[in-house]
Amino acid sequence: MRPGGGTVNILTEIIHAGTWDEDPTGASSVPVFRGSTYAQRDPDARPRWDYGRSGNPTRAALEQSIAALEGGCAGFAFASGIAAINSVLLTLSAGDHVVVGEDIYGGTYRSLSVLFRRWNLSTTWVDASDLDAIRDAILPSTKAILVESPSNPLLRICDLRAVASLARERGILALTDNTFQTPLLQKPLELGFHASIHSATKFLGGHSDVIAGLVAVSDPDFAKRLYAVQNGFGAILGPDDSWMVLRGMRTLAARMEMHQRHADRLARWLRARPEIAAVHYPGLEDHPGHGIHFSQATGPGAVLSFDLGYAEKASRFLRSVKLALPAVSLGGVETILSWPSRMSHASMPPEERLRRGIGDGLLRLSVGLEDPADLEVDFDRALAESNQRI
Amino acid sequence: MDSDLKPDLPEGASLDTRLAQAGSRWDLRTGGISMPIHLAATFRHPGLGRSTGWDYSRSGNPTGQALETLLASIEGATHAFAFASGMAAVDTVLRLLAPGSRIVVPEEIYGGTWRILERIGEPWGLKVRWASFRDLVERPDSLLAGADMVLFETPTNPTLLDADPTAVLKAARRLGCLSVVDATFLTPVLLRPLELGADLVLHSGTKYLSGHSDLTAGVVATRDQGLAERIGYLRNTTGAVLSPFDSWLLLRGLKTLSLRVLRQQDTARRLASALPDLPGVVRVAYPGRGGMVAFEVDSARRVESLLERVRVWIFAESLGGTESLVTVPASQTHADVDAAVRGRLGITDRLVRLSVGLEDPADLLEDLRCALEGEP
Repeated sequence: MRPGGGTVNILTEIIHAGTWDEDPTGASSVPVFRGSTYAQRDPDARPRWDYGRSGNPTRAALEQSIAALEGGCAGFAFASGIAAINSVLLTLSAGDHVVVGEDIYGGTYRSLSVLFRRWNLSTTWVDASDLDAIRDAILPSTKAILVESPSNPLLRICDLRAVASLARERGILALTDNTFQTPLLQKPLELGFHASIHSATKFLGGHSDVIAGLVAVSDPDFAKRLYAVQNGFGAILGPDDSWMVLRGMRTLAARMEMHQRHADRLARWLRARPEIAAVHYPGLEDHPGHGIHFSQATGPGAVLSFDLGYAEKASRFLRSVKLALPAVSLGGVETILSWPSRMSHASMPPEERLRRGIGDGLLRLSVGLEDPADLEVDFDRALAESNQRI
Repeated sequence: MDSDLKPDLPEGASLDTRLAQAGSRWDLRTGGISMPIHLAATFRHPGLGRSTGWDYSRSGNPTGQALETLLASIEGATHAFAFASGMAAVDTVLRLLAPGSRIVVPEEIYGGTWRILERIGEPWGLKVRWASFRDLVERPDSLLAGADMVLFETPTNPTLLDADPTAVLKAARRLGCLSVVDATFLTPVLLRPLELGADLVLHSGTKYLSGHSDLTAGVVATRDQGLAERIGYLRNTTGAVLSPFDSWLLLRGLKTLSLRVLRQQDTARRLASALPDLPGVVRVAYPGRGGMVAFEVDSARRVESLLERVRVWIFAESLGGTESLVTVPASQTHADVDAAVRGRLGITDRLVRLSVGLEDPADLLEDLRCALEGEP
């Protein structure tokens, strides 16, 4: 990276991350290298680039960027967020045990409860906001703790420093999914985690036009293990999509600042509405994790959830909104409204979902860059309509 | 088709809302919220003499249309046209004129526009009247009398003289002279010339509109039906269209236009007020809006040392990207302008132009300070 010395601010680092050092042209944008293989001029030397799955300069620019932004020693880019999580879990072995926060992304739940279970990796689900519960769940065979903070979709907060130090005390891996926060707002590696995992489809890519996963790691040995999975299992990110994520990251800071400002305004607007039973957003002073969150992150992020009470009302609300896009995913420039019980957490059995507090009336909102006044008008009408027809 | 999908934004949606959801509602079949890239060069016809509305990609492309719909909407235009480069857009606008036509242009114009007028326009028969920007703004009536077109930028490049173009645009209208404003530096976030009475607005889309220094494009927009038909005819006939992929990438860049431009403006204001105190700086030009700043230092040697020492700023031509660029107009963007004209305009080898990006403002200032402190 151009400025060097590690003294520049993260905003500057983001802009110049991915400027490819080896480029002889000085181009302002890293080239998209589509070549699948590389001519090896010297048959006796070990080549820097040999095969596109093992390494690609465009992907490497992205991997170096996420490592730099997270303050890690290495970064890895994968074909999707869930490919990133699965690749991290593939560093474990049959017979190992993991302790996992219970209101985690539904796709992660599915991998652990279905796929990895078949390969004899066992999981204990815990309330990650309860440190004693995590400690009590650790077995002699436990090799990792995996948490998200804030959690999805209830925005519960987990004390990341305490979890990392517990893991290190027991000599096991501390893993976290940092998708909601991005390294701009929260740097888990600096809090003691071994790996910070992202669905880069969300805020990092930022424009809802690429599927990608990223991992930054703090430990060189773990980096070697994860590289072996990335290269051996092969769920790599292609050069075009690597370039798209880099392009998206250039406006990460400017986007996050506006996303957050709008989210905070909407959280307060929604909370003031009598039709809404609860608003979950770490930026609200009375959010149960507010204090811990701001001890480990610099901002509340731009995802919130709110409860309309029951399924019929949520469905009507989704049908009535005209501006927010009813869709899965989050973190794009456009506001996205999801129905976790039917979308992101549909792969969780209903009784498991309800036990975790993910009710049928819960909606998750990823606040975009639209004028928030336009969104308030839209929600106001949708709330009125969803009430009327009941 | 799922009729539940709503194709349009609500009436009266603001600029930020239209930018954020550009192309997000186009695909009613899949509901995909990113505009598809239609790479097709040609389109199937349902039968003889029948068309789906799409025939041949030079004449019209769905991805290009999504881009142009947004561009027209944010300019307050009825029609917008995307071109393969900013110069292709300028060229097409000049083709509205016939040999013998008179065009008034300030000397303080982008070097590429200067070159096309001087080296191609004049030999082809255009009568170019070079004016000073000040004169144009102060006495437009006398300058525009008898002219067929006036083409200008505000603020000027690279001297950054800025003015409200309304008086010039009104005079042009009164005198039956076509008015063209190149609004590349300010973008529709800060200036919408059509709303002030311009006939045509021009952009190098390579700059702020795309915003990531990774594509080359041009834009022309208008609210005049007759002009729109002529521009559309010229573009289809001469063929300098923007490719589907670049149309998509420009659309993606536009989604963050407003937040980029406003943040770049904030940083530019900070730098402009701090620059006079930096070593060797003798004059700063900043019009108070936009993300472009120019300054003059005490010696050409200091410019050279500045360019060698900058570590955050990138020494490159162009502007409007997320990364901050530093340029020396006399030897780069305006190298093709006559030396005598450059001298008259103050485009000396001691003049430095900055395009302020999205980096941390403190890093940018500190980098300039360190680079200017070096050996002059």
